[in-house]
Amino acid sequence: MTSEAAPVEAHDTHDVRPIRKAAMWVFLGSEAMFFGSMIATFLLYRNTTADGPGAEIFNIPFTSASSFVLLMSSLTMVLAHNAFEKRDARATRIWLLATALLGITFLAGQIFEFTEFVHEGLKVSTSSFGSAFYMLTGFHGAHVAIGVTMLLAMFFLSLDGRLYEDRGLNVELIGLYWHFVDIVWIIIFTVVYLLQV
Amino acid sequence: MVVDTEKDLASGNPTGLWSWITTVDHKRIGLLYGASALIFFFVAGLEALLLRLQLTTPNGTILSADAYNQLFTMHGLTMLLVVVMPVAAAFMNYFIPLHIGARDVAFPRANAFSYWLFLFSVVMLLSSFLLGGAPDGGWFGYAPLSTQLEEFVRMDYYAIGAQLLGIASITASANFIATVFTMRAPGMTLMRMPVFTWMAVVVSFLLIFSLPIFGVGLFQMFFDRNFGGQFFGGTGDPLLWQHLFWLFGHPEVYVLVLPAMGIVSEIFPTFSRKPLFGYPFVVFSGIAIGFMGFGVWAHHMYTAGLGPVAEAGFGVATMMIAVPTGVKIFNWIGTMWGGKVKFTLPMMFAIGFVSLFVIGGLSGVLHSVVPSDYQQHDSYFVVAHFHYVLFGGGVFGYVAGAYYWYPKWTGRMLDEKLGQWHFWLMLLGFNLTFAPMHILGLNGMARRTYRYPEGLGWEFWNQVATVGSFIIGISFLFFAWNLIKSRKDGRVAGNDPWDGRTLEWSISSPPPVHNFDEIPVVQHVDDFWYRKYATDDEGRAVRIPDVTGGTIAAETDTGGEDAHEEDMHMPSPSYYPVVSAFGIVFMGYGLVYLPGGWVAVGIGTLITMWGVFGWSLEPVTRDADHD
Repeated sequence: MTSEAAPVEAHDTHDVRPIRKAAMWVFLGSEAMFFGSMIATFLLYRNTTADGPGAEIFNIPFTSASSFVLLMSSLTMVLAHNAFEKRDARATRIWLLATALLGITFLAGQIFEFTEFVHEGLKVSTSSFGSAFYMLTGFHGAHVAIGVTMLLAMFFLSLDGRLYEDRGLNVELIGLYWHFVDIVWIIIFTVVYLLQV
Repeated sequence: MVVDTEKDLASGNPTGLWSWITTVDHKRIGLLYGASALIFFFVAGLEALLLRLQLTTPNGTILSADAYNQLFTMHGLTMLLVVVMPVAAAFMNYFIPLHIGARDVAFPRANAFSYWLFLFSVVMLLSSFLLGGAPDGGWFGYAPLSTQLEEFVRMDYYAIGAQLLGIASITASANFIATVFTMRAPGMTLMRMPVFTWMAVVVSFLLIFSLPIFGVGLFQMFFDRNFGGQFFGGTGDPLLWQHLFWLFGHPEVYVLVLPAMGIVSEIFPTFSRKPLFGYPFVVFSGIAIGFMGFGVWAHHMYTAGLGPVAEAGFGVATMMIAVPTGVKIFNWIGTMWGGKVKFTLPMMFAIGFVSLFVIGGLSGVLHSVVPSDYQQHDSYFVVAHFHYVLFGGGVFGYVAGAYYWYPKWTGRMLDEKLGQWHFWLMLLGFNLTFAPMHILGLNGMARRTYRYPEGLGWEFWNQVATVGSFIIGISFLFFAWNLIKSRKDGRVAGNDPWDGRTLEWSISSPPPVHNFDEIPVVQHVDDFWYRKYATDDEGRAVRIPDVTGGTIAAETDTGGEDAHEEDMHMPSPSYYPVVSAFGIVFMGYGLVYLPGGWVAVGIGTLITMWGVFGWSLEPVTRDADHD
């Protein structure tokens, strides 16, 4: 019965990292259903444009470029995590900042794109196509924004030398989240933009 | 022997309101869930009694159509999302760690966050009664009814309130899954876990995968109402809402009833003094129900015109899902068969659960037959069916759990005589209320209508139902009085009043903050039983003399506990979960009152960010700072 040599196995002696990772995976499973439902809605309404603008207003070269930016941010995230595992705080910090900046670039592109579309007459209220498009890409953008916030928070913590404190907010979990958001974008880019042409 | 509440408090368990607000102890959070759910049960029960009063006589005049719509919507919404789910969460919070031999759930602060977000969301939903009217489009919120009348905020309260409750549930579910999969005691393999904990896992997965679908539907409703979205109106299709809603709504039915099935799966073996008959079958039936629960949603939509192929497919799937449910029922009967059955209060409620659930299940099979469902759709027959499943099934099961585990919570037994009154009145009142609704439904009485004309032959059974509903109300007054009175006057329970089988009975009642002085090493299903009993040649259980298992907690209770506690670093209290939850609900209020509410949304976002960042940066245990 009393096999443990240590006084008592409890939270602080317990390695909580796999527990946090397990919960993160479960959460991402939930997120997959969230985006899945919105993607299904978009597929239902992809041609319901009510004589308003439809898929023809997409600027595929532009969105391809911003998609590339987002995919590169996954690469920098991997590099950040790699440096983190090697306990190279300086490199971690640089790659975290790079990831955040790439994310901000993507968001700027999305804001530009939304403004363009609104000028061309596509709004949430224009048609079911418009509602579904803005909701899906908007919620994805919100997820990127939350990711950027976490990356910047982690960056500023690292300036304080607090990178390796075992906290709920850490590089590994941010990485999982960030890659998930990127994968979702690959699906959105395919389904929303590429399938239309 | 028994750690008295006062003594427990004296031994370092902090007291006072602030300690409850900042608590991260899974047991306290479980009690908070339970107490809140009980209060909301009385609120939703009062709503139901008002509905019944209105329907007692033809051309009822007690409620206006408007008030009736609000009350039946809030009755459904409250009972399902604000009473039964939290009651299940109460049991899960309290007993998952105890069942698997852990000291707490995986994320104690996230656990507190789930509770406070739940509580604040409910307060928000209920406050709508005073702030321009409660949601009135049914708990199912069908579009386009729910997306019209944008000048009223009622369905905005629905869209936001249900969304926030969903976030709370997703957080709690992720927490439970992480707990069960990473924090089990040595030897506690998955197939040695108590069935209740198994069902909690299935329910958590159901919520994780179904709630986000509902969330998307609610956001779409919100867009339609506030930003001119065209998801369900305009060029959109109102059927989309039905699909999204029932893709959540049907798994939700199993979310409500599976924990109750888990509870009775604990109770039957204990009071039959036999192992659960076919443990793996019960577990895998539960998992099968979970999977199939995602494949039957359209049986709520037979009259929506999906076409014969879809209707036939969903009809067959619905009939199939009765199979694993039937398996469980036979397993429970098999557990009692040949056992030394003791008719204690928990056992009586558990038998009530099985009997009434079978009736509800049989009328459910009638609904799965499409042509028959065409006739019953939106009639009182459906109301009778789901009350037999959710009240006769769910509520009886949870009440059984309350009688079973009350000694563990308080160290005292519930009063037997009051409990008998409660049981018999509830059984009588329940059947008087809901059995006549079968007849009313088959005679053509439609749901959700606030009055009916004379001369349709519905008067008598409506009066019977109203009388029955008040008997249910009275029975729960006995229950509430029993819960209050027995905390002080109840017979002292001891660690193991029922001669139980699972680990929670091996520790004191109420359990110490850290649950287990030593983390148990598990060798069997029902491990605690096998520490107390050996089997003789004829297969009879023989009490092992001089058991250590049964009295571990009692022996170590007196001396070494405090010394142990020093080393354990239980997670320290935190107010950040409350702050985060408060910020989110603040945002919610802002979203209801758009566009002026954007200010509140901004303030709420800032509060939430303060809470979340403070939370993720504060140390988990107080001592970690000094280390």
